[in-house]
Amino acid sequence: MADLSVKVCGTDFKNPIIPASGVFGYGREYEELFPLDKLGGIATKGTTLHLRTGNLAPRIAETPSGMLNSVGLQNPGIDHFIDTELPYLLTKNLVVLANIAGSTPDECAEVAAKLEDTDVHMIELNISCPNVKQGGAAFGTSCEMAAEVTKRVRAVTKKPLVVKLSPNVTSITDIAKSVEAAGADAVSLINTLLGMRIDINTGRPILRNNVGGMSGPAVFPIAVRMVWQVANAVNIPVIGMGGVSSGRDAIELMMAGASAIQVGAAIFTDPYAPVRIIEEMNDWLDSKGIASVKNIIGTVKPW
Amino acid sequence: MKYTQGQYIITDKKAIACEIYSFTIACPEVAAAASPGQFVHIRAKGYTLRRPISICGIDKDKGTLRIVFEIRGEGTAEIAKLNKGDLIDMLAPLGHGFTLNDTYNKVVLIGGGIGTPPMLPLAAFYGKKAVAISGFRNASAVILQNDFIRTGAETILCTDDGSAGIHGFVTQPFTELAKQGGIDAVYACGPMPMLKGIAAICKENGIFCQISLEERMACGIGACLGCACRTVRNDEEYFAHVCKDGPVFNAEEVLW
Repeated sequence: MADLSVKVCGTDFKNPIIPASGVFGYGREYEELFPLDKLGGIATKGTTLHLRTGNLAPRIAETPSGMLNSVGLQNPGIDHFIDTELPYLLTKNLVVLANIAGSTPDECAEVAAKLEDTDVHMIELNISCPNVKQGGAAFGTSCEMAAEVTKRVRAVTKKPLVVKLSPNVTSITDIAKSVEAAGADAVSLINTLLGMRIDINTGRPILRNNVGGMSGPAVFPIAVRMVWQVANAVNIPVIGMGGVSSGRDAIELMMAGASAIQVGAAIFTDPYAPVRIIEEMNDWLDSKGIASVKNIIGTVKPW
Repeated sequence: MKYTQGQYIITDKKAIACEIYSFTIACPEVAAAASPGQFVHIRAKGYTLRRPISICGIDKDKGTLRIVFEIRGEGTAEIAKLNKGDLIDMLAPLGHGFTLNDTYNKVVLIGGGIGTPPMLPLAAFYGKKAVAISGFRNASAVILQNDFIRTGAETILCTDDGSAGIHGFVTQPFTELAKQGGIDAVYACGPMPMLKGIAAICKENGIFCQISLEERMACGIGACLGCACRTVRNDEEYFAHVCKDGPVFNAEEVLW
């Protein structure tokens, strides 16, 4: 039995596997299938200041080895999260990363401030949503906007602050360095890649929102590359995600430099994926005689 | 148990019309928990998303479920390759099914095309109290009529081109039945224009109506919020989710 525990921003995880924000809701639906305390942590559904109804359907499309989604941040609002969902999750013996989002830096800061008096373990700031104050461009697509929203949230929270990076940028390392300088304690990446599918019989995009975020095994090599580049560019921990669907994938992303791993679309294919991945990681480490998963973080030997 | 995921043996497979297949699956714990209107979420080998398929038969004594599905794309084509004796990976039973009431004296079940299969468990429940109206493109697309007859339900068949049964849409015979009165409930599944028409007739005649919807879906259990459907609850617009709040909705809740 290998030691699977990891530490990110001073927070102990019993294992490195965390269901990614958006695929897992607030965990209740999956507890029907397995006890949540098997997980290292949970990144909760992206939550905004007020309830959001989200986009019209269809919100989901299959793609080769992956999928698109455009849910549009449907969520019940931060007060509901704090009153109803967080107390439940805090009984589950796992690290709770509250994923937060907003349309303006003010909104993001207000959401973070509301979490300050709770026992939530970490905040994961989604900077891939449109900044309505800057013509709708995503915060995460410019170093200035990414730094500004990070600073605003940093100013109101002492919780470990993880900034979730968008891959839809020219240089993800520049964005990572700017959020590090603005006070982020860690970064998580990659969020989904913008994609589009068209039904050629109707000429209509499959998604009602025309475009959506692509995830699944198809994006995994991009995640490995970006995690590797970012881990080499910053001095804060990196939480890796993007197409991880097996223990081997999780090990690979940790070798690239990730200290913990989020699992997303794989859960739709196999609802037990997070639990299976934990077991597969343990088996691989045992087979190699590696005592602790911490010993593989960032150990890739580049040519 | 509400739902579970597992590999189950296909004990029977039949092609019942062009590109439409019937599977019988041995899954005692799923069959024990399943109710009419629910669905199963099937993994298609090589695909990221599971495919939601409505339940067409529940045999709690034998511990089997029956599903009937049409090849609609690559995922369902992959599922259709499975054979008797193969294992099928299901997350099931899922969703909110039909409201059953054994005090009802007359119910009408209306299925359009591949929306017909979820009507069969209702016919099994209501038997002689049910009138099953089924509509198809043409005679070669007709499915499940003998199954409905075996439940004791009265059957009315319609085809768009008149090659079998009544020449026309299901709304024609239903309009006449609605005028005669005495209907306690209507249950329907099929294309959106058909459901919309049925809901309008029910509203006009004050008949309780439940419809089963479909939508592109990811998790199937209400976590990812992918399968949104505009509904009204307590006079407020509400994005319900077909997988958990549905697939069955009271027709008056749905914003068309």
